[in-house]
Amino acid sequence: MKVLKLVVPVLLAVACAKEGANSSATASSTAASSGGSVDLTGAGSSFAYPIYSKWAALYAAKTGVKVNYQSIGSSGGIRQLSDEIVDFGASDGPMTDQQLAQAKGGPILHIPTVLGGVSVTYNLPTVQQPLKITGDVLAQLYMGKITKWNDSRIASLNPGVTLPSLDVIVVHRSDGSGTTYIFSDYLATVSRAWASAVGRGQSLNWPVGLGGKGSEGVAGQVKQTPGAVGYVELSYAKQNNLPSALIRNAAGAWVAPTLESVTAAAAGVVPTLPANTDYRISIVNGPGKGTYPISSFTWILVYQHQKEPVKGKKLVDFLNWALTDGEAEAAPLDYAPLPASMATTVKAKLAMIDLTGAK
Amino acid sequence: MTSLPVDWLENDRRKLRVDASAYGDKIYEALTAACALAIPALVIAIAVAIFAAAWPAFAKLGFSIVTTSDWDVRAGHFGAAPAIFGTLVSSTVALIIATPLAIGVAIFLSEFAPLWLRQPIGFLVDLLAAIPSVVYGLWGIFVLIPLLREHVMPFLRDTLHLGATPFFSGPAYGPSMLAAGVILAIMALPYISSVSREVLMAVPRSQREAALALGATRWEMIRDAVIPYARSGIIGGIMLGLGRALGETMAVTMVIGNRPEISASLLAPGYTMASLIANEFSEATSDLHLSALMAVGAVLFIITLIVNAVARWLVWSVGRRRTQ
Repeated sequence: MKVLKLVVPVLLAVACAKEGANSSATASSTAASSGGSVDLTGAGSSFAYPIYSKWAALYAAKTGVKVNYQSIGSSGGIRQLSDEIVDFGASDGPMTDQQLAQAKGGPILHIPTVLGGVSVTYNLPTVQQPLKITGDVLAQLYMGKITKWNDSRIASLNPGVTLPSLDVIVVHRSDGSGTTYIFSDYLATVSRAWASAVGRGQSLNWPVGLGGKGSEGVAGQVKQTPGAVGYVELSYAKQNNLPSALIRNAAGAWVAPTLESVTAAAAGVVPTLPANTDYRISIVNGPGKGTYPISSFTWILVYQHQKEPVKGKKLVDFLNWALTDGEAEAAPLDYAPLPASMATTVKAKLAMIDLTGAK
Repeated sequence: MTSLPVDWLENDRRKLRVDASAYGDKIYEALTAACALAIPALVIAIAVAIFAAAWPAFAKLGFSIVTTSDWDVRAGHFGAAPAIFGTLVSSTVALIIATPLAIGVAIFLSEFAPLWLRQPIGFLVDLLAAIPSVVYGLWGIFVLIPLLREHVMPFLRDTLHLGATPFFSGPAYGPSMLAAGVILAIMALPYISSVSREVLMAVPRSQREAALALGATRWEMIRDAVIPYARSGIIGGIMLGLGRALGETMAVTMVIGNRPEISASLLAPGYTMASLIANEFSEATSDLHLSALMAVGAVLFIITLIVNAVARWLVWSVGRRRTQ
């Protein structure tokens, strides 16, 4: 009894104190990785999370080097790399000059890893064949300038298709997202009106429409609402069998979003790049007959001057492996791989990473 | 537990034990005090962190964060008035729906339900509180919103002719302030009903018997003898539900339509402060954007504090009126 009387309050108090400690720990940033055995840490793009985590698992099994990748969003990845919290960042949009200037660890290299496309999906129950749409019409839909599906501007692109007189219900992402960046980058490239009124960005001041949280929010709303139009990643549209509109590319061809047409977008742009390119390039509305116009690279971001030679070597080895063997893992996860020729030139760029540890 | 002086004089061994437990008491007191102080310290630490992070935005933009309604990240305009409006309206709608329902459930369970029914219904209502909010959100997208759009909204707007008022006018998209209010009502309901039920059950039997003995019907007994006795507790329960509604993020974000506009119509999409933060925080690019989001968090913090203070005051003043 005596012992119990003493032990119970102590236990209670300890439990209490622990709870306090736990909640303060969760309140503070959870950015730091937990295990001591982790060799490389990375953070950023949630779009690329499935492929990077797959690479990490395969690479750990092959070499024993553990890579911990946290999908906290592209902006978070850029911020954590700038503050030198992680060994590499990952982003769906290139860093701006201002962001590069603010990075604490010096110059940053952009390493393209895979490609993603954005599908335009819609809910028109009576329309059987894929809807055809141009970038300009898409911009007008998203600016509220076209409000009915049987508008002549859409009908003229779809001869022989009876379009319903449904109201257009525009759906966009409400959360900040790389997908929104790629989509708005495309609209800003093809429509001057969009560029001046809305512009490009991860979060926009949308003229019209409903905001859905995440791809599932957009897809859910489009699926449930006749007359709705939305945009989601190609991989998401594919995995959920959402209808995707054909988009007219710069060469004038109607192209469906597929892994091949997205890879073709990169292949079309690569020959035009200067030899010293930093790969901070947009490939929306790119040249080439088979090119899907709403496509983009996703990048891994690394410091050019690695402070710890051993760790830097591990990072370069991992990237080399990713661009060689890792690319084969892209298609099964519905990412478009880099064109083979480009993977080689990007690997050559890795030689620019300075492993001497000198400032 | 408390030992009398007589025992203490009688037996030395007992005296020792009293001393030992007095040490135990001291340790226990110190440890529990540390626990009790850790929580307010945590609240203060969170408040300080939020306000410090929000300061650059307040310094640069001032009260325009609260008073203007243009949220344009690219142009550097951060007016959160629509989100503040949405938080208050969706929570109010939730309370209007949830309060009568929850109190009805509580009265039925405490006064009318046979014992075999009381347990399962009470359990199921409480279970509502255990459902994760993302599940509510998905249910909202796939069940509630189609139901609202196809049946409830046309019924309210056209059949009841409420469309003539500004509150139910305009097209019915589905995702709307009304959808958010309904979801929040369901989420707040178990808190209100659970607290109300416990409070009603705690009303002394003599209170009921006295009313019945005076010839009151069952309804009169509940209205005049039971509810006034339990009123402060019920208000406390409602405020707990309101707190839940104000801060709820995920489920609301998934059904409200996330449109930063102030509209009188409940059928129109809206936005809330918690949704705004959740949507934009992870991809906030500029320092000012981040700071503005923290400022919205600070405003939400203050509104929650005010609501809690009002709740305390209500409970206190109701309690005082009764004893007078």
